[in-house]
Amino acid sequence: MLYDVIVVGGGPAGLAAALEAKKNGAEKVLVVERDKELGGILNQCIHNGFGLHHFKEELTGPEYANRFIEMVKETDIEIMLDTMVLDVSEDKVVHCMNKTDGYMQLQAKAIVLNMGCRERTRGAIAIPGDRPAGVFTAGAAQRYVNIEGYMVGKRVLILGSGDIGLIMARRMTLEGAKVVGCVELMPYSNGLNRNIVQCLNDYDIPLYLSHTITNIKGNKRVEQVTINEVDENKKPIPGTEIVFDVDTVLLSVGLIPENELSRAAGIEMDRQTSGPVIYENYETSIPGIFASGNVVHVHDLVDFVTEESELAGASAAKYILNGEADRESAISITAGACAGHVVPQKVRLENIDKRVEVYFRVSNVFHDVVIKVKSGDQVLCQFKREHVAPAEMEKIAIPKVLLEKAADKKVVISVEKDGE
Amino acid sequence: MTELICITCPKGCHLKVDEANDYKVTGNGCPRGVDYGRKELVNPTRVITSTVKIEGGSYRRLPVKTSSDIPKGKIHDVMEEINKVTVQSPVHVGDVVIKDVLGLGVDIVSAKNM
Repeated sequence: MLYDVIVVGGGPAGLAAALEAKKNGAEKVLVVERDKELGGILNQCIHNGFGLHHFKEELTGPEYANRFIEMVKETDIEIMLDTMVLDVSEDKVVHCMNKTDGYMQLQAKAIVLNMGCRERTRGAIAIPGDRPAGVFTAGAAQRYVNIEGYMVGKRVLILGSGDIGLIMARRMTLEGAKVVGCVELMPYSNGLNRNIVQCLNDYDIPLYLSHTITNIKGNKRVEQVTINEVDENKKPIPGTEIVFDVDTVLLSVGLIPENELSRAAGIEMDRQTSGPVIYENYETSIPGIFASGNVVHVHDLVDFVTEESELAGASAAKYILNGEADRESAISITAGACAGHVVPQKVRLENIDKRVEVYFRVSNVFHDVVIKVKSGDQVLCQFKREHVAPAEMEKIAIPKVLLEKAADKKVVISVEKDGE
Repeated sequence: MTELICITCPKGCHLKVDEANDYKVTGNGCPRGVDYGRKELVNPTRVITSTVKIEGGSYRRLPVKTSSDIPKGKIHDVMEEINKVTVQSPVHVGDVVIKDVLGLGVDIVSAKNM
């Protein structure tokens, strides 16, 4: 079976990519989704606040997903649900299987990878103590409560102040549980400010900054959890123990792009994002294989996942029509002082119109800073910010005319104090 | 003067609201911050999202939301009403699950097709 574009994953990224591929001239487009419905993780994000950028209104996760599902249904984009992609090869064969069709090999002219991300688990951060039931990642608990209809606990402590943890603090409280606190290792929250206000403050849930879990006790089920304050090296300070009698611990300690398929395909990866290295059109190191959304780098807002994926989908269609773009001319963009990962990492000037949008994260909370785009010692352009935080992804638009001045085809983005 | 973080959008503007000066709002990035700042001190409201039981659907819970914001003090009472409901599939986005909940002039509506 030959397709123009095969999209791996039917969440918000995959749906946007498929729609734009279709709009831009791809004829036979297929979305492969492993769940039994489209929409991805949005289906369990029943809270509101989605779509303020894209639709200029406030939607819940399922409503945001539904807008795209309805749009896809109006096209002849093919959908395979309950279908697992096992392998994506360099020559663009997608190996997948499901219960009705069995094992399939589907050839595509272009592929868009939209597998999203996974949660970091207890094992990944090595929390000391017993190993009883009752320790969940926040997203797993969210699925149990919001989709499957199971309440996961009565007295809850949350580790990590990522947005999913904050959202679940409110959700568990509304469903009748007692959330005794939210514990964050860093001296600042890793969630959006609005979620601290409407999920913790609204329900008088204390936030313990610079604290971490130092022991979990329990025979069959979690019974008791100890937290300690940590010093500037994040080491627990003896004597600062606080003990909570809880039956449940929810972990909101980070997300990791899900790239088994990308790695197996031999796509070049970025160690900072844990996602593929991406060109300005969201093409990976393999020509004709594109990637966008949380599989590339973890986002705070689905609106930007949509925006990026629309570009990836359109690029996949253009690749089929126009063929491979030159790779030698690419300018590399990297993170400098106080900046985390940068996406896209490579920019081909001939492929951008007037400017290129670059996403990155800062490494700490700063006030009154300047984001500088430099080539060697030369500052190409700069952007002032009153307040930046690692929890809030930064987006800057670098004009093409300025990028043309970059010497050695290398550009570095750094964050500096205003006036330096 | 009260300091608030605007929750209208993910930007989270740091607002200052002057109660002595007819709740004048400063620090807002857009006009919605003015409305939020005033409302938050006079009559704070929230949109509530939750789930109800559904029979015959692909899953056991249907996501629902209040059709508009409700007074913060009524959140608990509205949750109790939401928890009493069981609906039958099929349901569509926007279908009313509870009409005029607790006489607040706000409906509980479905947020999903199921």
